[in-house]
Amino acid sequence: MEAKTKDLWVFIETNEDGSAKNVGLELLTPGRMMADKQGGKLVAVIIGSGVDPAVGAANSHGADQLLVVDSAEYASYTTDAYTSALCALVEKYGPTTILIGATNNGRDLGPRVSCRLKTGLTADCTALDIDEESGNVAWTRPAFGGNLMATILCPDHRPQMGTVRPGVFKKGNIAPGKAEIIKECIHVDAKDIRTQVLEIIRDMDSEKVDLEGAEIIVSGGRGVGGPEGFETHIKPLAAALGATVGASRAAVDSGWIAHSHQVGQTGKTVAPKVYIACGISGAIQHLAGMSGSDCIVAINKDPDAPIFDVADYGVVGNLFEVLPVLTEEIKKSRA
Amino acid sequence: MNILVCVKQVPDTTEIKINPETNTLIRDGVPSIVNPFDGYALEAAARIKDADPDTKIVVVSMGPEQAKSALKECLAIAADKAYLVTDRAFGGSDTLATSYILCNAVKKLEELEGPFDAIFCGKQAIDGDTAQVGPEMAEHMGLPQVTYGLEAVVDGGILKVTKEMEDGKSVIGVKMPCVVTFTKPAWDPRYPTIKRKMAANRAEIPNITAAELTTIDLAQAGLKGSPTKVKKTFVPQKKTGGVKIQEETNEDSAKKLFATLSAASII
Repeated sequence: MEAKTKDLWVFIETNEDGSAKNVGLELLTPGRMMADKQGGKLVAVIIGSGVDPAVGAANSHGADQLLVVDSAEYASYTTDAYTSALCALVEKYGPTTILIGATNNGRDLGPRVSCRLKTGLTADCTALDIDEESGNVAWTRPAFGGNLMATILCPDHRPQMGTVRPGVFKKGNIAPGKAEIIKECIHVDAKDIRTQVLEIIRDMDSEKVDLEGAEIIVSGGRGVGGPEGFETHIKPLAAALGATVGASRAAVDSGWIAHSHQVGQTGKTVAPKVYIACGISGAIQHLAGMSGSDCIVAINKDPDAPIFDVADYGVVGNLFEVLPVLTEEIKKSRA
Repeated sequence: MNILVCVKQVPDTTEIKINPETNTLIRDGVPSIVNPFDGYALEAAARIKDADPDTKIVVVSMGPEQAKSALKECLAIAADKAYLVTDRAFGGSDTLATSYILCNAVKKLEELEGPFDAIFCGKQAIDGDTAQVGPEMAEHMGLPQVTYGLEAVVDGGILKVTKEMEDGKSVIGVKMPCVVTFTKPAWDPRYPTIKRKMAANRAEIPNITAAELTTIDLAQAGLKGSPTKVKKTFVPQKKTGGVKIQEETNEDSAKKLFATLSAASII
């Protein structure tokens, strides 16, 4: 389809309490830069039920316009209802670009919408810009488990679409909202929603591991040696720092710690302020999940471990001797 | 139950190295494997067959002739029939074009194998990592989808899929026919038996080419049917100038690390 405007849309995914997920607000930051370069408005699109908190948050994070679909049938995410609503909005308003957070739901919704609109979608982007030559969005993403980066264009189809990895961009400062708020009523028949949530099993608080939202992560790998190593060395350091415990696939596959702690290609993708990798060699699949961290600290006895290639600070040494001293020093400084 | 499992042959990305002079991937000598997530999809189908031995499992792959070794592995593990969708006209397809070709291939396979109750895919391939082909196939075919599946059981006419969420799990009931994409469950997929391996080696795997896909519009396939174009590829920059700490003793190293991180206001 043809774009009717030069507007850039950011899909703001909501939680069940109607608040905005962080990634949507994060995307308003590059969205602003791109919308300005494209010469259009920055539009936040919010679909859900009881979404006033998300509307307020998007407004105070710099959107020029808000498109809001607020109705009971969107209370929990379903592929069918959300795809219908987003496609109906696109057909009415004709944006030139759509950004969607690469969460589980975002990666469920994105390809469904792009396929219905017969346009291109670039997955799990980690950098965004406008290609100077053509004016198209330049979508940059990792492939081959992070071994290679590719920059993708969608030259002849609109809207150009991409999902963007959470934690890559930072939320902007809050300012008083000035957005024009447009409410749209889009009804989806119950019979057209072909999936039904039968049961939700939330992780118990004791198991809840918020790696994506963590400011500091202390991760352990094969070098930790066993489940007791996590108890005696990794968890005490994490506790001293108020950090979340992460793990490499090797540690998870060995049964030393639950999968919910896993960082990497088959686990979580994280971007904390500080990532402390202990006894992790740094397989490319692990690096793919944490190389976006602001500061990486590595402790490993092998001086040639690839983790040192991405580390800002690396200690070559035995973690069983380094970590207790480091933990003590931190405790002393905070006492 | 009649289940189609879509698989891709991929390079083992754990084995890929970068040529430091040309900054390109060295693929020579890198083993080709069945995409691990597709292996989980096959295992999910095999578990349905464990419960209902009348279930038929058909596997399909799109790719060059050598992808038949991946299909043979699937036959050895659990599949009953295998097909390869292959044609030069399909080369260079992005996810929209790939899913369009596969959707047409499914129509052809349904003429041969009967209608499918469910189409299972891995959530993503480990080379492209897009996670888009499954949902796009579902959209092309007008079927409902569930993504991030861990396991699936048949209950009446409904498939109950346990789905991974960011903060737990959910059970989704979905009407069949449907598309489900699978991620890593808590268990390991089964291994092939010697007997099945020998039978798989002898199995005939028919090719399906563009000429046999009577419903396809080739303008929507291959490079020219792909809305996305690769502008450039590059090797991610390695960090340089990282601080290495290795003092006489580990205790001294730890103290220096703490002092360095504190001085830089990192902790």
